[in-house]
Amino acid sequence: MKTKFNVHNMTRIIFVAVGGQGNLLAAHLLGEAALAHNIPVQISEIHGMAQRGGVVESAIVMGKAQSNIISRGEADVLVGFEPLETLRAIGKCNKDSYVISNTFPLPPFTVAIGMGAYPSIEETMEKIKSQVKKLVAFDGSTMAREAGTLLSLNMVMLGALAGTGLVPVSAEMIKQTIAEKTKKAFLEMNIKAFDRGFAATSKVANA
Amino acid sequence: MNELLQDSPDKKMLLLGNEAIVRGAIEAGVALVAAYPGTPSSEIADTFFQLQKESGVYFEYSTNEKVAMEVAAAAALAGVRSLCSMKHVGVNVAADFLMSLAYLGVRGGMVIVSADDPSMFSSQNEQDNRMYGKFSGLPILEPSSIAEAMEMTRYAFDLSEELQEPVILRTTTRINHSTGVVSLGPINKNRATGTFPKDPFRYTVIPSVAMKLHKALLANYEKAAALSDTSPLNFTCGDGVWGIITSGVSYNYVSDALEELGLTSRVRVLRIGFSHPLPDKKIKDFLGKCEKILVVEELEPYLEEGVKVKAQEIGSIIPIRGKGEGIFSRAYEFDPAMVRGVIASYFGVENKNKKPIAIEMANIPQRPPNLCSGCPHRATYAAIREAFGDEPIYTNDIGCYTLGVLPPLSMSDVSVCMGASIGLGSGLGKATGRKVISFIGDSTFFHGGIPGLINALHNDHDQTVVIMDNGTTSMTGFQPDPGTDMTKMGLTNASVSIEALVRGIGVKHVTVAKPFKFKKTIEQIKEAVAFKGLSVVISQEICPMYEKTFKKPEKRTYYIDHDKCKNHRVCLNTLACPAFYLDGEKVEIDESACIGCTLCVQVCPENAIRLRKIGE
Repeated sequence: MKTKFNVHNMTRIIFVAVGGQGNLLAAHLLGEAALAHNIPVQISEIHGMAQRGGVVESAIVMGKAQSNIISRGEADVLVGFEPLETLRAIGKCNKDSYVISNTFPLPPFTVAIGMGAYPSIEETMEKIKSQVKKLVAFDGSTMAREAGTLLSLNMVMLGALAGTGLVPVSAEMIKQTIAEKTKKAFLEMNIKAFDRGFAATSKVANA
Repeated sequence: MNELLQDSPDKKMLLLGNEAIVRGAIEAGVALVAAYPGTPSSEIADTFFQLQKESGVYFEYSTNEKVAMEVAAAAALAGVRSLCSMKHVGVNVAADFLMSLAYLGVRGGMVIVSADDPSMFSSQNEQDNRMYGKFSGLPILEPSSIAEAMEMTRYAFDLSEELQEPVILRTTTRINHSTGVVSLGPINKNRATGTFPKDPFRYTVIPSVAMKLHKALLANYEKAAALSDTSPLNFTCGDGVWGIITSGVSYNYVSDALEELGLTSRVRVLRIGFSHPLPDKKIKDFLGKCEKILVVEELEPYLEEGVKVKAQEIGSIIPIRGKGEGIFSRAYEFDPAMVRGVIASYFGVENKNKKPIAIEMANIPQRPPNLCSGCPHRATYAAIREAFGDEPIYTNDIGCYTLGVLPPLSMSDVSVCMGASIGLGSGLGKATGRKVISFIGDSTFFHGGIPGLINALHNDHDQTVVIMDNGTTSMTGFQPDPGTDMTKMGLTNASVSIEALVRGIGVKHVTVAKPFKFKKTIEQIKEAVAFKGLSVVISQEICPMYEKTFKKPEKRTYYIDHDKCKNHRVCLNTLACPAFYLDGEKVEIDESACIGCTLCVQVCPENAIRLRKIGE
């Protein structure tokens, strides 16, 4: 896939995940791939207490922008690694945004011990779908497990982002970056996971 | 070789802001770095720690920020280039030294990195450390981008040597924890060995010496002001009779906003990168070209007040606004759309904000951070709650264990800053006559708790101090503290025994508890609290997350035996371990999250929590 990219265009992408889901690595790989394409790229992260089960958010801004954070309503693409977190971050989107979400839930601890209820995933996805340009939701966690390890969920989501054709970075370049920057022992699983995610959105894009 | 050490000028790399600062210092030939970790500055220290052998740059995690600054400043006094890094509140700890270091000056270049945290993502306040420039008289540089963070760090060393005084590099979280492309420069490999020609009446700040040094500092201030005025770090762009003065990451939001609002030919911008002293002539020239000024800066009206003073000096009466109703707040970080909105309304042009999607979220469960499964702090807290409930006042400190504030543990009634738990406990005990239990972690104890403990002993406070010793500085990413066993890292640093220290100062009642021996710990804490006077319990158990970085833990997990479980839910309701969940009405353990600490086993009244035998 050849991508043409005008640096005057900007692509603003939000990755949102629960600590431990590998969001920061995914964002970094995307950034490295952009650098290899010579596309201006900036990433900002908030991961205050991520290791203790909190939320991790990365913003990836490609193109001429100088700002490295993304305001409410200004994300072109939102990639949610966990459905409740997709919902929580939805204010970053506008009616023209593209949303990709994993549907496999990781209930917050408060829910797990019966304080508060996890919202219906189906209803949540319906609500989101009715308000944005496009929503592609799929069970990325199962895809990752099938690829060999749940830890490859970040590769599934990265693949799904590449599959939309909305990022000015080719899937080949991202895969090459994965090969260069991640552990060799996981490479095969990572690429498999990436391809599964890629198929999940490229199918939709072409449908 | 680590990528950060490659001598490949002009090569482009994607770096975290903190890595860019490290690279800038290495290019400048830094020879000594000292730091105490603190978000968002920690990766500066951690990177120097990792690179220590390969780079030949001496690095140490110092006991606290003040000591770090002293060590680094001494190296610079000896003519060697040095750096110390800390979070914004760390500068308060070092401030006593900093204020007089400004008088003393340095010979080799010295850079002090102050990493501020607007919006308090990981901090107890959002103080604006540009004020330290004004307060101490030292120069401040403020980068707007990752590339600039690297370049400014490099330049800061030259500036420091030119002025013979330390330079403060003031960053914010969006610089430290953002990633951007930098273009590498050559590495200065000339790291001189320090010399210290004795000159006691220059370096011993007795009043008669300080009298001279203050005059020297003021003269230096004039020199710095002249440099600020000609510095390319303070530049103008755009055109028109409307003006914006800005610094740091706000400059990025301004640039994008002007582009998006189509105002680049109507608004001129003065970007301040050398922000203390302010560039006098540049600001006055700028004022002369404008009919109306907006000052865009996060937190305090530092630039705004400076600009208003300069306007007064030239008799300018044009409107200059920054902080205030309908303009910018002194609270929280900015974002691009917010800045664009204020610019549009201030200059009366149409804004183009996109409407955020709004979905009703009132009942959406929060996802607060929690102590990890198997965290020994949970065990210590559960034991003390079991023994005393809500009866004592619990003073707490800064670290992972501050998460004990969350229910059901609820073990923090007050927590302010590093090391304050002990002094707070003494005062609350005296004022209320109630029993106080003060919690403090090992790293925080070494950092700032020891004076409070000595005070409690000397002034005979009836108080129990629980030192929660998990062997590392967990919250900021497992940095070693003076008590850490360094042999695991193949290093030979001495490990300071907290027990020997506490006994050594003369505390009469000292116990070492192993918190996963739950019943024994309860007894030990009861004895300590019953003791009249100062008692210390050292609750000692290594952080399992830290331990995991050295060796793969033996997998030992537990499950609920539902033949025995009577659904009391003591486990769930008193421990709040994240490995637990409810399956309908049944309590279950997620065995992938359980690390086998056995705390729940010990609180279960029915002995219903059982070890999973291998192969089961």
